[in-house]
Amino acid sequence: MIAVTWAETVSSAVSEQLPKTADAVVIGGGVVGTSIAYHLAKKGFGSVVLLERSYLACGSTGRCGAGVRQQWGTRLNCLLSIASVRAFERMDEELGYGRSIEFKQGGYLLIAYTRREMEQFTKNVELQLSLDIPVSLLTPREAGKIVPILNTDDIYCATFCPTDGHANPFHVTYAYATAGRRLGAKIHTFTDACEILTESGKVEGVRTNKGTISTKVVINAAGPYSGVVARMTGLDIPFYPERHQILVTEPVEPVLGPMVMSFSRRYYCQQTPHGSFIMGMGDPKEKPGFLTSSTWEFLVEMAEEITKVLPPIGELSVVRQWAGLYDMTPDAHPILGGTPVDGFYLACGFSGHGFMLAPVTGELISEIVCDEEPSIDIHGLDLGRFERGELVIEPSVV
Amino acid sequence: MNKKTDREEAMDAAEITVVCRCEDVTLEEIRDLIREGYTTAEEIKRITRCGMGPCQGRTCRELLLAELARASGRKIDEVAPTKYRPPAKPIRLGGIIEGDSSDLG
Ligand SMILES: Cc1cc2nc3c(=O)[nH]c(=O)nc-3n(C[C@H](O)[C@H](O)[C@H](O)COP(=O)(O)OP(=O)(O)OC[C@H]3O[C@@H](n4cnc5c(N)ncnc54)[C@H](O)[C@@H]3O)c2cc1C
Repeated sequence: MIAVTWAETVSSAVSEQLPKTADAVVIGGGVVGTSIAYHLAKKGFGSVVLLERSYLACGSTGRCGAGVRQQWGTRLNCLLSIASVRAFERMDEELGYGRSIEFKQGGYLLIAYTRREMEQFTKNVELQLSLDIPVSLLTPREAGKIVPILNTDDIYCATFCPTDGHANPFHVTYAYATAGRRLGAKIHTFTDACEILTESGKVEGVRTNKGTISTKVVINAAGPYSGVVARMTGLDIPFYPERHQILVTEPVEPVLGPMVMSFSRRYYCQQTPHGSFIMGMGDPKEKPGFLTSSTWEFLVEMAEEITKVLPPIGELSVVRQWAGLYDMTPDAHPILGGTPVDGFYLACGFSGHGFMLAPVTGELISEIVCDEEPSIDIHGLDLGRFERGELVIEPSVV
Repeated sequence: MNKKTDREEAMDAAEITVVCRCEDVTLEEIRDLIREGYTTAEEIKRITRCGMGPCQGRTCRELLLAELARASGRKIDEVAPTKYRPPAKPIRLGGIIEGDSSDLG
């Protein structure tokens, strides 16, 4: 057996010096930051450096449900997620990662438990169909055919889109990082962005715990810490972190194809290709903050809810529970694009669906940074919308 | 000692060293990842699921740290360990609502 030693293996992350200059610096090594670094490198933007203060995917990305759906209530979210689904579909091939990102298109089954929700679903389906999303409105009986273990008692209706699904968030992040590095992007883990240097309203550089990089372009992809990073340039963004808890069971043979989700009851549950069930629930009492501890109360609430929704799951054992942070904005849409600080860009505020939007975000931000017309019109997602009072309210979130 | 399964015997014969029995992770896989440049236990855990199975990494956690320590020429207690996540032992979902404390270990 050949012994492996650090000297022959160690990646740029540990051994390489931080460069003195860069054409662009991305702050944050989650799925969004790595996607941006990859897309910038792919465009040949120049030298791209990504800074991650811990290891890749240690933040929200590594803690998320990793669901990918196109069933949204606003045109913009639909368009963004359609583009992302296409990217996930070809990702194994495009990024040449060597492992699979485990994209499973088992669909999303969204359940309506109230009349109001049913009315909203009817509107959503009309919008989604107009954008060629292959969705259908189902009776409770039809929903039960798609998920035989579903308790259909209190259901008004459901919607189903077979091309929705979920992927493995670690693999997606590492795949972007691997492909980005291959194209010349430098990824520096355990490197903390401490200060953004500006002069007369322009970005001049980033000071880190490992030295200073001078650059004219900084992209804020710091997930729940995006507010903190924005403040380094003097900008206050309407943004707050919020804890969400989640758990995983032991693996069993495949019994659940789609992700099952309810907005009014705030739960979601999926079975991964590995066989385990991943499920989470929003808590309306949760206060904004950076806390990521997990609680016994969540276990009890989740267990109560899921045994009502999918009764046979009650027989499964929980092997791990954890918590992560949603990156919330007032209208549950991300903030994408430039800012009043020249050279400072935002890719944050994904409000609990940044995993699925990461592929299209990388594409759009790289277009904006390269001064190209973005392939999807996202000027409504700029930071200015909050001041202008032009919020894009998304009705369908957990 | 449990009797070895057929698969385990076959793996022994092929000199495959299994580090994590719950998730079927071999020493070779871990060494390949270190060679690719993955240098933290957290990353290797997430790629391979090493330590994510029902036993919560009771043996493989140490083995993974030992391998990282050897590869980097550090002592095992200088390698950052992976976080422990609750519950300490698997708990049946149905048991949680019934308040069945026998499940709680
Ligand atoms: C329980 C839960 C379930 C979820 N389910 C889904 C889902 O099903 N589908 C979906 O699409 N989304 C889901 N999300 C949301 C999703 O996880 C996030 O929107 C997404 O991961 C955001 O990615 P990111 O790269 O912006 O953030 P992160 O993954 O948090 O990455 C930001 C990184 O920046 C680093 N960082 C911060 N500050 C600095 C600094 N100063 N210097 C250097 N580095 C810094 C952090 O260490 C972190 O690694 C869920 C989230 C949670 C918590």
